[in-house]
Amino acid sequence: MLELRNVTAGYGAFTALWDVTLAVERGEAVAVVGPNGAGKTTLLRVISGVIAPRGGDFVFEDAPLGGRPAHEIVAHGIAHVPEGRRLFPALTVTENLKMGAFLRSARKDFRDSLERVYALFPVLAERHRQRAGSLSGGEQQMLAVGRALMSRPRLILFDEPSMGLAPVMVLRLFDLIRRVREEGYTILIVEQNVRQVLKLVDRAYLLEVGRVKMHGRAAELSEQDFVRKAYVGL
Amino acid sequence: MIDPIFLLEAAVNGIMLGGVLALLALGLNLIFGVLDVVWIAYVDLVMVSMYAVYFTVMVYGWPLWLGGLAGVALGVVLGLLVHVLIITPILDSPPVNQLLATGGLLFFIQSFATFLWTTDHRSVRIALPPLEIAGIFVSYARLISFVLSIAVMIGLYLFLTRTYIGTAMRAVSQDRGAMALMGANPQRVYLVTSAVGGAMAGVAAVLLSIQYSVHPYFGAAFGPITFMICVLGGLGNMVGAFVASFIMSEIIAIGGVVWSTEMGYVIAFALFIVMMFVRPGGIFARRQ
Repeated sequence: MLELRNVTAGYGAFTALWDVTLAVERGEAVAVVGPNGAGKTTLLRVISGVIAPRGGDFVFEDAPLGGRPAHEIVAHGIAHVPEGRRLFPALTVTENLKMGAFLRSARKDFRDSLERVYALFPVLAERHRQRAGSLSGGEQQMLAVGRALMSRPRLILFDEPSMGLAPVMVLRLFDLIRRVREEGYTILIVEQNVRQVLKLVDRAYLLEVGRVKMHGRAAELSEQDFVRKAYVGL
Repeated sequence: MIDPIFLLEAAVNGIMLGGVLALLALGLNLIFGVLDVVWIAYVDLVMVSMYAVYFTVMVYGWPLWLGGLAGVALGVVLGLLVHVLIITPILDSPPVNQLLATGGLLFFIQSFATFLWTTDHRSVRIALPPLEIAGIFVSYARLISFVLSIAVMIGLYLFLTRTYIGTAMRAVSQDRGAMALMGANPQRVYLVTSAVGGAMAGVAAVLLSIQYSVHPYFGAAFGPITFMICVLGGLGNMVGAFVASFIMSEIIAIGGVVWSTEMGYVIAFALFIVMMFVRPGGIFARRQ
């Protein structure tokens, strides 16, 4: 479904990603893990079109998308739940969801998508007239995920969704992403909380200083001594 | 002692003036909120559109409504031109460069208008008798302007809350980058914003045309008060700008009958300076 071959990217004179090759199959959940500054966020930014890759190929459902601007990438069926959620704080819950359905192709299904998101996260329906900025951290995270679903994507990118959440909220967040998975969406998730994310996904890539250091089945990776010591904290 | 009826009349006139000032302030504020650029030359675009109304109606003999539409259409075109030719290249420049560029545009428009049309005052003032309601005299032209500006502002409100692109404009003013991740082309949102801002300038031009004569320095009369209102209401805050318009117009109108119009402006600007110390973020700013 998604394929990156030898992708290189960076900012100015700084190269954050070197020769990254990665694939996500339809229906899979895949994680990219690694320490701070490994290039995880840069990787998602390349895929969602926020920055252009310097080299390599990026293909989604047979369409070469490398270097396309962000608003075109969404139209191809890739939604991005950005780092820090990036909700529109002064818009209501419903208005935020409406903006998620900004694409022409998504507008005609707005009512239907809205019902699906409200069924998935009933608390959002209760608060639909409230400003997004007045929601709790957990509710805001649900809204950010719901907003991404509104564009009717086939692949959803999660960028550090657990960042800034209290430990108890982190567990709920992973439950929430699990529910999204069960809805049949394909997921690519970037996370620092390696232990939790490896329980959620099928496969994972370990990124270090901009290169893929290891990849494999999540269960196998979490058994690796190296990963256990460095990231899982056991 | 001033007869209370004059104060009441001034208050009513102040409300009428406030409507048109609010239109100007909301147009400028909308552009600032979405693009983060202050169009110093905003009221000078209004001036150019006023000339369009004057020439189409007084020189070419078009009916007022058609001349008015021409004024609004020119406002839209000017808004788009300013965005494409001047704002787009400097969108990511430091704010001081943006101020210099739009400020330079102001002098360009003023000088060019003087060259083309001289400094003569030209007027399309329509000869309508003043209305007398319960002993208060209200100018017909002002009443029409007020009603139309309120109608246009209601239209703007519905546009910004009910349509996808209008809601996206508010969204962009809260987070510039995130709207692209929703599939909105930022350039398109900016263009629509500039066109709507230009249309507001065009409507204001038509409504001002039937009350005031136009000359190349018209922007100097209404520009400073428009900025003051935007800052007083909190730059980018639409509700704040709306309320501040009426506060300022009342001070000017009531100051005008108690002392003189000039004194009204003096008080308004003095209040503005004091407010900048007391509430630098505008009247509706939340205290940190």
